[in-house]
Amino acid sequence: MNNTVDYEKIERRAKIGKTVFRSLIYVMLAIWALIVLFPFYWMILTSLKTYSAYSSEITPEFFVTDPAFENYTEAFSSVSLGDYFLNTIIFTLGTTAIMLAIVIPAAFAFARMNFRGKNIVFTLILSLMMIPNELVIITNFTTITNMDLRNTFAGLILPSVMSVFYVYLLKENFSQIPDELYYAAKVDGTSDWKYMWKVMIPICRPTIITITILKVIECWNSYIWPRLITDDKAYYLVSNGIQEIRENGFGKDNIPRMMAAVVAISLPLIILFIIFRKKIMAGVARGGTKG
Amino acid sequence: MKVVLQNVTKKFPSRNKKEKKDVIAVNDFTFEIPDGKLIGLLGPSGCGKSTALNLISGLQKPTSGRIFFGDDDITAVPPEKRGVGLVFQNYALYPHLTVKQNITFPLENLKGKEKMTKADREKRAYEIAKLVQIDGLMERKPSELSGGQQQRVAIARALVKMPRVLLLDEPLSNLDARLRLQTREEIKRIQHETKITTVFVTHDQDEAMSISDLIVVMKEGIIQQIGKPQEVYSDPVNLFVAKFLGTPPIGVYNGRIEDGMLYIGDDAVGKTNLTENTELTVGIRPEGYILDSEGGLVCNLSGVEVMGRDISIVSTHPAAPDQVIRSIISSEKIVDTSKPTVRFKLKPGKVLLFDKTSGNRIRFEFI
Amino acid sequence: MDNQNRKAWLYLLPALIFIAVFLAYPLIDVFIYSFEENYTSASQTYTGVGFHNYSYILHDADFLQALKNTFILVVITVPLSTGLALLISLGLSSIKAVRHLFQTIYFLPYVTNTLAVGLVFMILFQKTDSQEGLVNALLNMFGMSSIDFISGPYWAKMFVLCVYTVWVVLPFKILILTSALASVKQDYYNAAKLDGASSFRICRKITLPMISPMMFYLIITGFIGAFKAYSDAVALFGTDLNSAEMNTIVGYVYDKLYSDGGGYPSYASAAAIILFVIVLTITCINLIVSKKHVHY
Repeated sequence: MNNTVDYEKIERRAKIGKTVFRSLIYVMLAIWALIVLFPFYWMILTSLKTYSAYSSEITPEFFVTDPAFENYTEAFSSVSLGDYFLNTIIFTLGTTAIMLAIVIPAAFAFARMNFRGKNIVFTLILSLMMIPNELVIITNFTTITNMDLRNTFAGLILPSVMSVFYVYLLKENFSQIPDELYYAAKVDGTSDWKYMWKVMIPICRPTIITITILKVIECWNSYIWPRLITDDKAYYLVSNGIQEIRENGFGKDNIPRMMAAVVAISLPLIILFIIFRKKIMAGVARGGTKG
Repeated sequence: MKVVLQNVTKKFPSRNKKEKKDVIAVNDFTFEIPDGKLIGLLGPSGCGKSTALNLISGLQKPTSGRIFFGDDDITAVPPEKRGVGLVFQNYALYPHLTVKQNITFPLENLKGKEKMTKADREKRAYEIAKLVQIDGLMERKPSELSGGQQQRVAIARALVKMPRVLLLDEPLSNLDARLRLQTREEIKRIQHETKITTVFVTHDQDEAMSISDLIVVMKEGIIQQIGKPQEVYSDPVNLFVAKFLGTPPIGVYNGRIEDGMLYIGDDAVGKTNLTENTELTVGIRPEGYILDSEGGLVCNLSGVEVMGRDISIVSTHPAAPDQVIRSIISSEKIVDTSKPTVRFKLKPGKVLLFDKTSGNRIRFEFI
Repeated sequence: MDNQNRKAWLYLLPALIFIAVFLAYPLIDVFIYSFEENYTSASQTYTGVGFHNYSYILHDADFLQALKNTFILVVITVPLSTGLALLISLGLSSIKAVRHLFQTIYFLPYVTNTLAVGLVFMILFQKTDSQEGLVNALLNMFGMSSIDFISGPYWAKMFVLCVYTVWVVLPFKILILTSALASVKQDYYNAAKLDGASSFRICRKITLPMISPMMFYLIITGFIGAFKAYSDAVALFGTDLNSAEMNTIVGYVYDKLYSDGGGYPSYASAAAIILFVIVLTITCINLIVSKKHVHY
């Protein structure tokens, strides 16, 4: 019976060790959560301070007692932030829609159809996946300039459309659909086009949603290409807009108002994220792990 | 090492949030596994047999009750200190380690007095590998092995630290039919050679019957019956156990006692010592039928299947509405397939009576 | 069959046009550009073919500064972010309560605009004549003197750039590693536990080898991503990165292509190709190393 006592002691000691260890983990995770969230807090906080209050703080205050919402109205009225938003929305929707319209048929052709040269073309396209954007952007810049498409939506959108990786991702997903389904549809007299729409796209909806979301995030945050191709403020996207505000606009001195603009720009994606949290995270994980 | 479970109960919080009721996976288990025996935990899926195994291994803690290995109360002892070896259903071999590394892995964890040198560890690994006949595969990775070989590696890994108790969770379910027969003989042999008390979980009654010294039949967390396979088969305590054991399955009929006479449907099949007139359920084992033109049980003949030494008569009976009756007869007998019916006499020991509502066995004798 | 052939190409056509115009042709063209000497956007002609462009940028102080900055950034942030991500993911996978909340919070930076949030980091670290900034206020609290992290000494600026880069890249890495950890079957842990392995040993001998393919994937993509750093630096230090001494290789490419000092696509091309060669080399080294260390 001595044994019993001994075992209980072991058990208890193990339990204490576990609790301590677990608490340490929670502390570590909480600290990181704080580091992640703090800039967001700071951005909202600062955007609610009045200019005069902010300027008079030598060391910044952590709280604001009477939030000043006028920074938001001023941010929208003093520059055409609203237009930047509209531009970004047009750019994002246009790019994503065209991307889907060309990626889906291409993936379908690779996954479902037999044609001469299929393997060669697919391999060639796959090898393009390794090419960094920086290499091709130089010529694209020249191409768009020569086509007189600077400061147009066409110039913004067209070179941003293609994503070889998405063709690959979708083709892999399409290929997983058993052949029998296709043959069954053929026997029933379904055309390829109808089969793609009625069978493959519904089955692969998760992947299509994934690439849509990834593309939307990419577009909303895109900065480099728009910066190269637009110098007319009428075609600025939010990223360029905020940079412009910071360097040449009110951002130089009126930090609270600039933060209001920053909050406004960040909000759409954060709301999108909160709504589609699970889908986005699963999508990014899938997109990331398959690559 | 004797293993004793004393009033062991394991409850899980219900997954369905609306229902606050706990799920009782294992309900008040009490049984003893004698030293050096091979015992089979048998039941349909979801009956709590894997939970019972996990309780013995220590991966799960019982809600109440106690577990003993020999005279040691190990209820609160963590799994690694219990001295159990566990073979997982999908083997859980570490894919990045070779067979040898997989087998020596448990030995590398030993501390203090038990610590072994590398040479000793490898020597032990080779001994065990020889026992399970995989000593030629030691440098391979699990992905390069067949299912049967992986199974042996898993057993070797479980055995290598000389466990007091060996636990096998559905060890044969991932193997194909032929390999399954071969491997179960193998498990039996290894258990005989090592004499380690072994518990194994299965839903396949054939498997349990063929290799266990004792079987424990479970249903919904409750032990139905414990005994030697043959005893449980021929003397089941209730309809569930009778139906669960045996292939082809037992034929189940609606029957009644009238003035001591046992009727199956309208067929009078024999006088019994039961006096009370009552409705009941009649079970007849496939080997309990004797082809006899004078027999009381009249079945509608559907066909005859020849299975080598035996033939199986396939028939239906109005009192067994949902079931095709199979009876096993020696192939020397000739069945007249031109007739629409076939008549049987019944072997007394093969006819079992059960209570209509509770399913409990009603004991009787033909007179 | 011919019919099917034609139809397949029809389905592919839009994609192929886009690939040809905006991917394949530019890829060839960039090499041509890089060898055309004295070509400018204004002149549209070149005087010769050779390695002059490469030699020019390799002697350009701005490029060398960008090269140095990029390498420092890569060397610091890739190991740091991967290590941190691993630590956090291991922590996450060992808890149950509020795990999803933590996961969601950690992912937030992924969906934010790099440029916008970079400005928040800027004001956090900035020190102006009238204001200390939060980080400096904290430094003062611990008795240290203030540093201007945004337009002050080189290492202070590099520090902020690294901090911000790590903050931006961690969400993806944490997400990938937590899903890799979640895909390790519970049976392996149970088996190891029964075998008496300590938590530390389980982690080292079972968990890490099992997720090693994902670790290497993250390291490779981490290197590629870090070599292409640019937007983060712009967000913190503005578009004139050369005068801030904080330019990156990608930044140099764009500056040469189009900005105040721009109009030289040939220099830009040569710089982009050098970057590509560096990334390719590092990726190959990574792949060779991973062949040795990734177990399956």
